[in-house]
Amino acid sequence: MKYLVLLIGDGELPPWNALSPEQQAAGMKQFEDFDAACTAREGVQILSGEALAGPSASTTLRTRSGKLAVTEGPYAEAIEGLGGYYLIESPDLDTVIELLGVLPAYDMQITPAIDPYQM
Amino acid sequence: MDVLGQVLRDDWGRLLGRLIRSSGRPDLAEDALAQAFAQAAEQWRRAAPPANPGGWLASTAQRRLIDAQRAEVRRRAPEFRRAVASPTSVEPAESTPGDDVDDRMALLFMATHPALAEDVRPALALRFVLGIPTDTIARLFLVPTSTMAARLTRAKRRLAEIGAAFRVPPTSAWPERVADVAHAIYLAFTAGYAPGGDEVRRTADATDAVRLAVLAADLVPGQPVLDALAALVLLHHSRRDARFAGDGTLVLLADQDRTRWRAAEIAAGLGRLTTLPPTTGYAEELRLQALIAAFHATAATASDTDWVGIARAYRRLEELTGSPIVRLNRAVAVGEASGPLAGLAVLRAVGERLPGHHRVALVRAELLRRDGRPEEARAAYTAALATAPDGPERRHIAARLAGL
Repeated sequence: MKYLVLLIGDGELPPWNALSPEQQAAGMKQFEDFDAACTAREGVQILSGEALAGPSASTTLRTRSGKLAVTEGPYAEAIEGLGGYYLIESPDLDTVIELLGVLPAYDMQITPAIDPYQM
Repeated sequence: MDVLGQVLRDDWGRLLGRLIRSSGRPDLAEDALAQAFAQAAEQWRRAAPPANPGGWLASTAQRRLIDAQRAEVRRRAPEFRRAVASPTSVEPAESTPGDDVDDRMALLFMATHPALAEDVRPALALRFVLGIPTDTIARLFLVPTSTMAARLTRAKRRLAEIGAAFRVPPTSAWPERVADVAHAIYLAFTAGYAPGGDEVRRTADATDAVRLAVLAADLVPGQPVLDALAALVLLHHSRRDARFAGDGTLVLLADQDRTRWRAAEIAAGLGRLTTLPPTTGYAEELRLQALIAAFHATAATASDTDWVGIARAYRRLEELTGSPIVRLNRAVAVGEASGPLAGLAVLRAVGERLPGHHRVALVRAELLRRDGRPEEARAAYTAALATAPDGPERRHIAARLAGL
């Protein structure tokens, strides 16, 4: 299955820009360890993953009365806190949970992708 | 026991495990196996069961599972059907000795998966691992059968949707996962002792939870939390036959006919308890409760009870949990060990933490009565009656008040 993992909040981790350079380096090391752990795990592959810019760089796009409207905000609260994401191929949820334990202490949400042809 | 009952008891978990392993579909697999058992119940009543009942059920369930997967494909809109017409994932998994044990372990961990709501895990564990019928589980948890069926269906579907693993978790995850298993089974057990419904029958239903606790401790050996749980429920449940009088009224521990306690179960519980050193956390909570049950189980008569030992165990339990209910029980034990005044002193701090709780008033009444203060006792019994729910306990309080 494919799982989308959203890093949606700092959780017990202080905001990234409040960390010292050493702490940031330690955090980056955890992301590298996560990459390595996924590579080493049979049946697991990181299909995609990025850190995301904050809401100040986000644009909201909505259709109103049939017209596409581009605005700055409003942003859903969870999306405001969205720091990054992964798309991971994994045999099951439990494997994803085990591997995510390597990452810094973000609050995360894990959702399986579904095949619209199989609904 | 008839053939089908025997297969259900011995083979349900193994059969379900194999179906889930081969299909990856806990929801469809459980339905398919239940249908196979229903079909067997129908056919074997009219004709002799097949020579290999387990094999017959396995292949029948397998066919049902394939049918269900094909029906799923057919339900899709034609333009979405694509090339998925024939499900491929229903080949029977290779079976090797030892697999069966693993499968039941995997079922246990799947049914108590942390991604499921806590309140559905006990019910799902009874259903998945032991194949307990939904109406029995519903009675145990005091909900209508349709409600329980809907809860179980939702939980099974969620397991399929989130892609919960059907395997034994890595040992590094055991401390948490095994505690989840123990907690779920403990809730199933205590449900049988919650007041309400046909209490005699529901207490008997708790036997399934005891079976599950013993099975869990045997499947996942060397886990103090599971050993303590098995000891606790064996010791506690050994008293079930003496717990109700012929007319269904509750018989208090002190008044129970101890010859009706089940000696073999007490021995089994003590055997598990005595090998357990003091530990920490939830395992220690269960161990201390088991220890208290053991003090009762080993007293030849009520007056032989080692109340000092029980009071000490309750004190440690209170330190561990901070629970006012534990303190309430401790007040009873201290009252027995050191006299009613000492018990009342322990009880003093409980009232404000459990305001209006009928058992606080009842314990106070009993202690006051023993301290020779009938008028104060009468007021306390009356307060207990005012808040006690209908049932055996309320009738007991009324009888105590009348006998003052």
